[in-house]
Amino acid sequence: MTYRHIGKDFTPPDIVSKVTGKAKYSEDFQVDGMVYARLLTSPMPHGKVKNIDLSEALAMEGVIGVLTADDVPPSQAPNPAILTNEPVYVGDPILAIAAVDEKTAEDAISKVRVELEPLPFTTSPTDSLRPGGPSARTEGNVFIQREMSQINWSDEDLQRFLDGKEPTGEAPTEWSFGDLEAGFDNATVVMEESFVTTGYAHMCMEPRSVLSYWQNGKCHVYGSTQSQSFVVPSLAEQLGIEQKDLVYVSEFCGGGFGSKIASYPVLALPGYFSKKLARPVMLRITREEEFYVGSARVGFQGWIKAGFKADGTVSAVDLYIVQDLGSQGTGGDASSAGGAVSILYQPDAMRLRAIPVLTNTTPRGAQRGPGQNQIAAIFEPMLDKAARELGIDPLEIRRVNAPDSSARINANQGPVTSAYMVEALDKGGELFNWKERKKRSGQRNGSKVTGIGVGQGYHSAGESGFDGLVRITPDGKIHLHSGVGNLGTYSYVSTTRAAAEVLNCSWENCVVEHGNSALHLPWSSYQAGSNTTFTHTRANYMAAQDMLTKIKEIAAVTLGGAADDYDVADERVFNTGDTTRSMSYAEVARRSIELGGRYSGAEMPDDIHQVTQRAVQGLAGSGLIGVAKDVLPVRGTVPGLAVAFAEIELDLETGKHEIIDYLAVAECGTVVHPQGLAGQLCGGAVWGFGMASLERHVYDPQNGLPANVGYYQCKPPTYLDVPREIQTAAVDIADPDNPMGARGIGEPAMGCATAAVLCALSDALGGHIFNRTPVTPDMIINHLAKQPQSYAKLAMNTF
Amino acid sequence: MSAHDVMPDIELYQPITVEDAVALAERHGENGWLLAGGQDTYGWLKDRAKHTSAMIDLNAIDALKGIRELAGGIEIGALTSLTEIQNNSSVVAKFGLLAEAVAHVASPQIRNMGTLGGNLVQDTRCWYYRRGLSCYRAGGNTCYANTPEGMNREHAIFGASRCVAVTPSDTAPALVALEAQMVIVGPDGERIVAAEDFFVGPNVDIRSMTTLETGEVLTAVRIPGKWATSEYYFEKVADRNVWDFALVSVAAVMKLNGGNITDARFACGGVACVPQRLPAVERAVIGKPRNDETGLAAGAIASNGAVTLNYNHFKVPLIENLVRRAVRG
Repeated sequence: MTYRHIGKDFTPPDIVSKVTGKAKYSEDFQVDGMVYARLLTSPMPHGKVKNIDLSEALAMEGVIGVLTADDVPPSQAPNPAILTNEPVYVGDPILAIAAVDEKTAEDAISKVRVELEPLPFTTSPTDSLRPGGPSARTEGNVFIQREMSQINWSDEDLQRFLDGKEPTGEAPTEWSFGDLEAGFDNATVVMEESFVTTGYAHMCMEPRSVLSYWQNGKCHVYGSTQSQSFVVPSLAEQLGIEQKDLVYVSEFCGGGFGSKIASYPVLALPGYFSKKLARPVMLRITREEEFYVGSARVGFQGWIKAGFKADGTVSAVDLYIVQDLGSQGTGGDASSAGGAVSILYQPDAMRLRAIPVLTNTTPRGAQRGPGQNQIAAIFEPMLDKAARELGIDPLEIRRVNAPDSSARINANQGPVTSAYMVEALDKGGELFNWKERKKRSGQRNGSKVTGIGVGQGYHSAGESGFDGLVRITPDGKIHLHSGVGNLGTYSYVSTTRAAAEVLNCSWENCVVEHGNSALHLPWSSYQAGSNTTFTHTRANYMAAQDMLTKIKEIAAVTLGGAADDYDVADERVFNTGDTTRSMSYAEVARRSIELGGRYSGAEMPDDIHQVTQRAVQGLAGSGLIGVAKDVLPVRGTVPGLAVAFAEIELDLETGKHEIIDYLAVAECGTVVHPQGLAGQLCGGAVWGFGMASLERHVYDPQNGLPANVGYYQCKPPTYLDVPREIQTAAVDIADPDNPMGARGIGEPAMGCATAAVLCALSDALGGHIFNRTPVTPDMIINHLAKQPQSYAKLAMNTF
Repeated sequence: MSAHDVMPDIELYQPITVEDAVALAERHGENGWLLAGGQDTYGWLKDRAKHTSAMIDLNAIDALKGIRELAGGIEIGALTSLTEIQNNSSVVAKFGLLAEAVAHVASPQIRNMGTLGGNLVQDTRCWYYRRGLSCYRAGGNTCYANTPEGMNREHAIFGASRCVAVTPSDTAPALVALEAQMVIVGPDGERIVAAEDFFVGPNVDIRSMTTLETGEVLTAVRIPGKWATSEYYFEKVADRNVWDFALVSVAAVMKLNGGNITDARFACGGVACVPQRLPAVERAVIGKPRNDETGLAAGAIASNGAVTLNYNHFKVPLIENLVRRAVRG
């Protein structure tokens, strides 16, 4: 299908302000009377505050006040607290002090005397699971069914797991489908591996700084979040206010990656502090603090057994995961990992068992492909190992397992909206010249050896049921109200182009309203889970359809005839039988205000969310309103799929590798915004390279101290750690359940890269797999020198 | 724990002569802090892990800047930026080893700000020490890294003495290999110290990585002509290709005659508190051709005497491999 806007590049409205520095991030805002807050955080991994002596700090000139855990609502373990008297990780905020400037506040912090009673702590899930092992929280060590409880394995159970034998320890999460035993009986090759994936920090470029003040009974919050409208209910709840009394501004977000999806504790802190002090409060989070409150990926310690038939098809998968949740309750990663395995390899039978364990490390949360990308790093190299044993080409073993539109997913083996992974593999294989290139596998060039790898990624990539809102004002402008957050993907604007498509209007006449709840924004999905493109092209389409209907009705009422006699083009509505009978969109907008009712927003549909209702109320009478909830059907899980190809050169003397060439192919339905898609595939690749071989998360088990509280210690990839050029492509086949044919892609874009690089490394090493992320030069050196690895088997947080 | 990342109040002095700088340094003693490019300084002070009451900013002293020809060699002002050294035609032509080592320091942005003097006197990156823990090096009575469960992947395999921290400098091994001399001015005048003696291990001084005394200023580095235009090799292995510290680095210069090595100096970074000279390797390669066979034999003895910790035994094969590569060329 040929579109006017969909599939075309355009200049997002915030580009210029980003590159010129005019963009205002939360810490760029200043208001009269603003004071600056600083945090005092826990120096120990677990403790109880016995006494706080503020006398010296509060007596300092320029100090305005203090906020402690007693001033904010208590949190229910293991939800992170805004401020706490029982810190559960090094860096957990205990109190905040506000002063006339940051230096005074920081000087005052150093004068606070906090008496802390140390409590038992752990940095390792398996350490916590042993009999009598330390629990990360006084309430328990595991988080199951949204509740804290206590689980300790027997010594035998623990030892079996650490020895890499089939785990027998209690695993409260369990699901399965198919006949597992029969699956393994049917297998020609059965692989059994233990694995570890590191849970490393999100490392958002923009630390989560916040400004808050109160005005006319409303709390104004300037924050940094991935989502916009989706934040409103959770932040209002955290602040203990009604949604209508919250004004939330987040026009830009300097990176969230899953750590800024909805509200988070620090986002509410200045609201409470500002109320207490009756002064606007700015809390700038430092780079080091961002490593504490900014959260990290869930780490896996696991065991996997997989059966492969002679043709390479996966007959059975038995997956067991111990999840390192850090100090916070999350824990969907294991089940998501199972879901990814179920769709990417379509096993006949599968079982997932998991136990989510808390540790006294930084809080964990969703991080780009939470679960899916950890398992991609483990399963894909194992798939290659099986292919090697079966004598099958790595691309071919992926083809024979690849999901198509009849694919089944998850425990319930539900359907998908569509899937074209064979097409993605074939397209990539052709563009990468896989057959020719694979001949270079293992080729030596001095101390260097070539490795070729292919990897796959998956994440669900679409939601439904959210709202769209468009408006035409009497000046003829088409206002596209987007409640989508500006998390760096440009989806806040690219999805509105579905509305421009329906209204058949020029993009130059459109104004995108976003980034501030006072601009009257509709209820929108969370900008996470790769869903926005699917979800909000639908919602915008629905709102624009509502508007189109109203435009035709207004034309009919005004110019005579029936609504069906009219069509739109060039910002005009015209009678198809007599094109001289026409009105401009500006005239339609003016007429809608006269007509009132549902045209002007005085009336609105019953099924829209209260956030959207308030938006419409705010806009009522200002023009023609198109508003609708997305009630279009969805026949199953919306899959986002990606495949990547990597050629590397590994230096056997240094353990270092260079990515010579990289190609990513997206299978995300119709391409909505080509440059945006390329950006996602490139960004995902860089993230993937980091997970594969660089990004670290180190804790000293003796004292619970983190070793990585700065970029240089965490080692995200730099410009010189990634290939000069990253090739991207897309399958570009429309999904039937999206009016524009689109699905999401952000997270699989990373998983496929991690997998491709790890598979290429394994290929360069003649098939050796480490079953671990990241794979670092010291591991490769030790392997090649036939030395033992320095970490204990299944040890966490060692790199 | 404080939130960090805020400069405390510090008195600022901006002398324009070395004499004044030395006088200020002497006057403020332990409370004074010499500021060059600030790339190490600001981390310590903003993290409030180290404290000073008087900042002596050397940046206005022109005499500390620039690269001058010496008979056969060169003199580099301690305040010369790493970028200037990297791009200096005389350095590149005569002492390619230094040019290459400089090019591997941190990142282009840090090299623009960072100075040679700062790169040489920067403090170790042991993460326990950087956190402000009261370890031996910080005046305490323990080492957190050298314990049964210490996280010490980056730490020393040579020369540990209570402290297991390593030199973070990329230029230091190159200057030790080149037999550079450090020009130091103090209250009692100028003294010249060989680069090899300038850096000291914890057995000599556990609180300082150099012999620089309070009240002294490193003013220049002199590189004699001895190794000018000699064959050289530099390699730094770090996790990242930019903005990272060496896991192990090797700096080597060699003279050849008739296809055989007649003289050689090797120094390694990331393996000891000081640039680690490898005299046994030097002896082993003299009289041999510069090839892989010689390299293999030399590499095999490069790790002699290494004592590994929990997480750093990879440095043994790595230093062996790097020395092999250095000899092989």
